[in-house]
Amino acid sequence: MNVPTSYVVALSAILFTLGAIGVLIRRNAIIAFMSVELMLNAANLAFIAYARSLQQLSGHIFVFFIIAVAAAEVAVGLALIVTIFKTKNSIDVDQASSLKG
Amino acid sequence: MHFSEAAVEGWFALVPLIIAFPVAGLLVNLALGRRLGERFTGFAASAAVALAFGVAVLQALALQQHPEGARIVVADWIAMGALSVPWAIKVDTLSATMMLMVTGVSTLIHLYAAGYMHDDVRFQGDPGRYTRFFIFFNLFVAAMMILITGDSFLTLFVGWEGVGLCSYLLIGFWYEKGKDGIGNAVAGKKAFVANRIGDFGFLIAMFLTFGAFGSLTFDTVFEHAEAAGPQAGLVITLITLFLLLGAAGKSAQLPLFVWLPDAMAGPTPVSALIHAATMVTAGVYMITRTHVLFHLAPISSSVVAIVGAATAFFAATIAVGQYDIKKVLAYSTISQLGFMVAAVGMGAYVAGMFHLVTHAFFKALLFLGSGSVILGIEHGHHRATHGHGDAHGGHFDPQDMRNMGGMASRMKVTFAVYLMGALALAGIPPLAGFFSKDEILLAAQGGNLLVYALLTAAAFLTAFYMGRQVLLVFFGRARSQAAAQAVENPPLIVVPLVALAGLSMLGGALNLPGVHTLGTWLGHTLGEEHAPEFSLLVAGISTALALAAIVLAWSLYGRRPLVENQPDPLEARLGGLFVALHRKWWVDEFYDWLIVRRYVRLANVLAHQVDTIFWHNWFHDSVLAAGFRRGTRWLAEAFDMPVIDGASAALARLVQRAGGGLRRVQSGYVRNYAVYILAGVVLMLSFFLVRSLS
Repeated sequence: MNVPTSYVVALSAILFTLGAIGVLIRRNAIIAFMSVELMLNAANLAFIAYARSLQQLSGHIFVFFIIAVAAAEVAVGLALIVTIFKTKNSIDVDQASSLKG
Repeated sequence: MHFSEAAVEGWFALVPLIIAFPVAGLLVNLALGRRLGERFTGFAASAAVALAFGVAVLQALALQQHPEGARIVVADWIAMGALSVPWAIKVDTLSATMMLMVTGVSTLIHLYAAGYMHDDVRFQGDPGRYTRFFIFFNLFVAAMMILITGDSFLTLFVGWEGVGLCSYLLIGFWYEKGKDGIGNAVAGKKAFVANRIGDFGFLIAMFLTFGAFGSLTFDTVFEHAEAAGPQAGLVITLITLFLLLGAAGKSAQLPLFVWLPDAMAGPTPVSALIHAATMVTAGVYMITRTHVLFHLAPISSSVVAIVGAATAFFAATIAVGQYDIKKVLAYSTISQLGFMVAAVGMGAYVAGMFHLVTHAFFKALLFLGSGSVILGIEHGHHRATHGHGDAHGGHFDPQDMRNMGGMASRMKVTFAVYLMGALALAGIPPLAGFFSKDEILLAAQGGNLLVYALLTAAAFLTAFYMGRQVLLVFFGRARSQAAAQAVENPPLIVVPLVALAGLSMLGGALNLPGVHTLGTWLGHTLGEEHAPEFSLLVAGISTALALAAIVLAWSLYGRRPLVENQPDPLEARLGGLFVALHRKWWVDEFYDWLIVRRYVRLANVLAHQVDTIFWHNWFHDSVLAAGFRRGTRWLAEAFDMPVIDGASAALARLVQRAGGGLRRVQSGYVRNYAVYILAGVVLMLSFFLVRSLS
């Protein structure tokens, strides 16, 4: 089975847009976080698609890096969310606006 | 003595040392004198001058073989347009004579001062000034050497001013003492101002010289003056008359002599060295040095002779009426300087220089002797009042001859040498003064009879006042407790006196009639001078008059010696005339009325009208201060507030407003930031897209 690259890239674009919209409109920090993961994985999908079509290894390497960075990000992000929840009793991102100018 | 040619030539090159040694002495004392004490200070200062004397002796020996002398250029001093004055030293028989006399007498007086000042600083109550005294003394010798050795008017003038400064400093040495606590300072100021009038004359003479002959170097000026011929007669006459004014200031001649008697406020060694033996003869030396010009200006020469003779007579009359032992000697000095000036005015330069040298010997001796007497009396006063609670106070004047009397038995050596000096000054043969004075009288007798008459009368008065002084001081009975308990001084003070007494006795041998050693010696510089033959008539008259004067003095003061509180017998004989003599012919009062009081009034008017009202009240307050205030107010209101302040305030407002605007962007909502990021990414991507398409 040979899916054309353009289809995969289109799927990636759709996923990325969904993730971006999720980050922008959802106030729940966990959901926003998951949306970010969605955007990252959309980018991974695009990398893989082009790597396969161009028969190059560097796309794969990038994906590994992104997965590693996303894992680290999850660790830091979840710790932050836990701390915010402890102080504000809520995970609504709009509640965390102390740095307002 | 005979030395190899090359060695002798080299000795001329050593002459700068004659200035360098005293300067070194004063620097050493300046740096170390206070730390190393009186003995060191006195020794260093005396040694410096003694070394200078050694240099002078070398110069004299070198001149024996090279009488034409030498010119040693020390440094290139002034070179400006047509004016070129190197600092050159002139060694010739004239300057060498002065070098020998000044350094020789200075050495003796330095030694004497080392002893005298030891006591003086203690009587005056400030031993710390001992070092300062010798620094000034060495500075004086250095300045005097510059004066003597200078080979141009300007280098001579540097020394001329230098000795004037030292004179001022040393007259006011005890500046907080004297009448009303400022008497000595006032005396110093008076000397300085009177000298300044003379210096004004000297300066004008220099300007005229440079204007007329384009040079200030003696030899060049003389050559040009001689070559200029008769049409330069007027300018040369003017130059020489202004030079005479300079000489009158420095050598205390009429009408500028008034400072010298007051200068006796200085310590006695100062009176001896500066105000009797050396500095005051600078005027005579200067006229002798410029004899070529005076030779070309016969009018000036006769004015010089008459000024000198008038001064000699005038000052001698005043000396008769003084009670202060040093004042008598001061007026005597003025009188003897008058003799010298009269001599050089008549063209008898050798006689003038001869009298200058012998006078230095016996007048230094007399001043130092009077210092010895004063010190003895002060010691006696100290002993007499010791234990009475009245240590140094009271109104006792140790210089008043009425407080003395009978000192001969208590100060034997001082008496002997003083008598020698007095007889030499009176012109008793065969002492030094006889020969030198006789030569001047001889020249006058062959020249100007008015001058001769004045000088002979002055010589008579000289013998009289010296007889009066010796009889008042040394004979009779003590007229005060202090005099009764006076003691002789230690050897350091007495030995220089004995040396000077020897010179006063034998100084006449320098230029004996018929031999003319000094005349031949100076002839190398001054040109051959026909010395008038020794005249038994002139010598006989002057000697007879001198003896008569001494007999007259004895009949007044010797037969029945003065007792305590008795008025001067001369006062009864002369009446009002004596008062006039005692009050110095009211010259000081006259000058005070003629010049000082008018000057003070003018100064007051200027101070009030011009300075206070015009400059201070009007110009300063109304113009400067008010104008400044107005100007600054305008600047503050029209420029500082709107422009400078406005600019900075506007800048601040701009930043504030920009910050206020940007503040709203910072909402604190994470989602807003995410929108900005997204918008930025979209913008960037669309930019690249548009660029790749076009």
